[in-house]
Amino acid sequence: METLALLGEGFATSLSPLNLMIVILGVTAGLFIGAMPGLGSVNGVAIVLPLTFIVPPSSAIILLCAIYYGAMYGGAISSVLLGIPGASTAVATTFDGRPMAQQGKAGLALIAAAVASFVGGTISVVLFTLFAVPLADLALAFGPAEEFALVLLAFTTFVGLGGDDVLKTIVMICLGLVLSTVGLDLISGSPRLVFGDLPGFYAGISFLVLAIGVYGIGEILYTIETSRTAPTVTPAKITLRELGAGFRAMNRMWKTMSLGSFLGFFVGMLPAAGATPASLMAYGIARSTSKVPESFGKGNIEGVAAPETANNAASTGSLLPMLTLGIPGSPTTALLLGGMVMWGLMPGPMLFIEQPDFVWGLISSLYTANFAAVLINIALIPLFVWALRMPFTVLCALVMVLCIVGGFAPSQKMHDVWLIAGFGVAGYLLRKADYPLAPLVLALVLGPLMERSFRQTLISEQGNVLAFVERPLSGAFIAIAALFFVLPLVKYLRKGGRQSVAPAE
Amino acid sequence: MINKMTRRAALAGVASLALLATGATSALADSWKPQKPIEMVIMAGQGGGADRLARLFQSIIQKENLASMPVLPVNKGGGSGAEALRYLKDNEADAHKIMATLNSYYTTPIRNDIGVDIEEFTPIARMALDTFVLWVNADSDIQTMEDWVAAVKASGGEWKMGGTGTGQEDSLVTAMLEKEFGIKITYVPFKGGGDVAKNLVGGHIDSTVNNPSEQMGFWQAGKSRPIAAFTPERLDVFPDVPTATELGHDIVYWMQRSFVGPKDMPAEAVAYYTEMFEKLSETAEWQQYTTDKALMADFLTGDELQAYFLEERAKHAAILADMEGDGSS
Repeated sequence: METLALLGEGFATSLSPLNLMIVILGVTAGLFIGAMPGLGSVNGVAIVLPLTFIVPPSSAIILLCAIYYGAMYGGAISSVLLGIPGASTAVATTFDGRPMAQQGKAGLALIAAAVASFVGGTISVVLFTLFAVPLADLALAFGPAEEFALVLLAFTTFVGLGGDDVLKTIVMICLGLVLSTVGLDLISGSPRLVFGDLPGFYAGISFLVLAIGVYGIGEILYTIETSRTAPTVTPAKITLRELGAGFRAMNRMWKTMSLGSFLGFFVGMLPAAGATPASLMAYGIARSTSKVPESFGKGNIEGVAAPETANNAASTGSLLPMLTLGIPGSPTTALLLGGMVMWGLMPGPMLFIEQPDFVWGLISSLYTANFAAVLINIALIPLFVWALRMPFTVLCALVMVLCIVGGFAPSQKMHDVWLIAGFGVAGYLLRKADYPLAPLVLALVLGPLMERSFRQTLISEQGNVLAFVERPLSGAFIAIAALFFVLPLVKYLRKGGRQSVAPAE
Repeated sequence: MINKMTRRAALAGVASLALLATGATSALADSWKPQKPIEMVIMAGQGGGADRLARLFQSIIQKENLASMPVLPVNKGGGSGAEALRYLKDNEADAHKIMATLNSYYTTPIRNDIGVDIEEFTPIARMALDTFVLWVNADSDIQTMEDWVAAVKASGGEWKMGGTGTGQEDSLVTAMLEKEFGIKITYVPFKGGGDVAKNLVGGHIDSTVNNPSEQMGFWQAGKSRPIAAFTPERLDVFPDVPTATELGHDIVYWMQRSFVGPKDMPAEAVAYYTEMFEKLSETAEWQQYTTDKALMADFLTGDELQAYFLEERAKHAAILADMEGDGSS
């Protein structure tokens, strides 16, 4: 009850005309920033940070959170429309979002993304409101062994599932893991796999570069080949009827969306993880619990909803360790932390006790930001879909340019552009040979976390591998992981070993 | 890897927007002004002492309008700061990149051949010397240094000391402790001081040598306990915590908190940043922070700073050689 009273006071702040205007502004700006490949919420928040000095501190935080939220929604837009992830957190959204757009269901995919984002955002804010302080203790319970077990769990959801060849999936995971070791050793700092001292490789391979390469360029190459001159991209329509159909479709996905929300929130809460692993894991779990796993990657609407609920839920989740422990869970929350320090607020275990006005103002603004984001997003969908009407010959060139810009912008190194080109060709060939690309991206995202937590555990447990199963939390995760690995295998065997080669499209 | 989703993209398309955002121009040096947002590279991960400090500097700079362009902090903490060092090296003569340093500024290039010679970099300003304190979880029975040594001995080499990357400050202090007390400790490296602090409170490691700023929040909440400070005198914030020196163990270690630029940074830019940090060091916010978080503000610039760096590098080379001689890692 006390929580509700405090939240009520928070709403008194966040619903003032000035703050409402700020939310709308922030969300709209965030939406476009998120939709631009190469620009993410981090950039948005960083750019606006100085602006916040001209408004009162509470409004300033609301503005930052609105941009943060808006960008989370916006990331899905270019994932669906162009097949290029608009932000790192929206990589998983391309897996099914892009095929949907090609089938003329771009509007539906965008509605699914918006609604799923709203559901994920809202469920996680409610969790945040009710359990912020006790949940901080759960985040503390996660040591290196638990982190490793969780990552392992993420991988198993991608292995041995209906549609894809098990062996090919494992090959792709291994390839991704190898790519993730390029650069400086996480623990000792020695350079690894830098290919004869090529400076560009010291920074490692950014997974956004890989994702843009295999999904953006690779996809365009594949489309050009399969369609020769005039590809048949079904023109997307967006009418009120479509909208209604979208909402009805969403209504059938409560299981996927609530799973995605909880998973996203908890993974986002772990300082080492964040929204990108969360969205990939949600995708994997949605697929492995689905009745028709083979339809994933070919335009299944649940494949859009799952990662989108998870990444928004994770963005709220990552605020939790930032506020309660003073440890930011993502680059964007690190910037928010900087902003708070600027106003003389010290995040940490004492913040909730010493600064309740601030904390509850912030929490209530998450509700309003979420609400504003979904409304603005849906209102703008026709505009986004209209962009798809341009002829393929134009769109194709545009996507190529955006891929290069999106890859160049974060590092400003030509090295990354060459890598994108290389990954593009490799992605095209792998696709032709029917290798699944999602596990590759997943492995590159989670590889560093997996390696670090594995080595940390082994060091602290004197090389005892059993440490992973002896600890209750990590033991439980590993048990679930084993189950995920074995179950589909059993399913597969019972079907009498139906031909394992996925049918060609 | 996610952290590598850097903020640099902001530099690309939106410099003009940022210019608009900063509004009023700074009253600093008329001759040279940054033309785009200034990138502040941090040699450590998010949430640690270095990170918090860099973000505090960023806030003060923007609040007090000390720079005409926004400052964007970027974490490049991989490989004990090797990622950041390498990055600075690869951006020679860039006038819009400054790096917040730790002592890994000396140790990382000594330990690994990453092709970086810090003598080439441009020293800008040293802001402070940070302090180290031995911490245990508040649930632990350990109250004194003696208790701690006894517990480490009893563990038979399995005592888990968490810290930043191997060869970085925390591991050097740990090595000094091992040597002083003739004990053996298992050193577990984490990504940054914030991660280390969290793992101590979560009970995944047995002790840390965090900077006070990293444990302050948990200490105030009664979740961690300072045992001894590695400073010549007691810290004002922990008047009841003895120093190792007064307990008869001469372990004193500092962490420098400075800023450097890449090789051949234009002289006008160096002057601009030097003046910016000098103004910063005089602000009330900074002075308050140094008192609260037990930092020794000690401003140093130019050639004097370079001389200090080189002297410290020699000292650290000796400590590292000593560590490797012991066969501990």
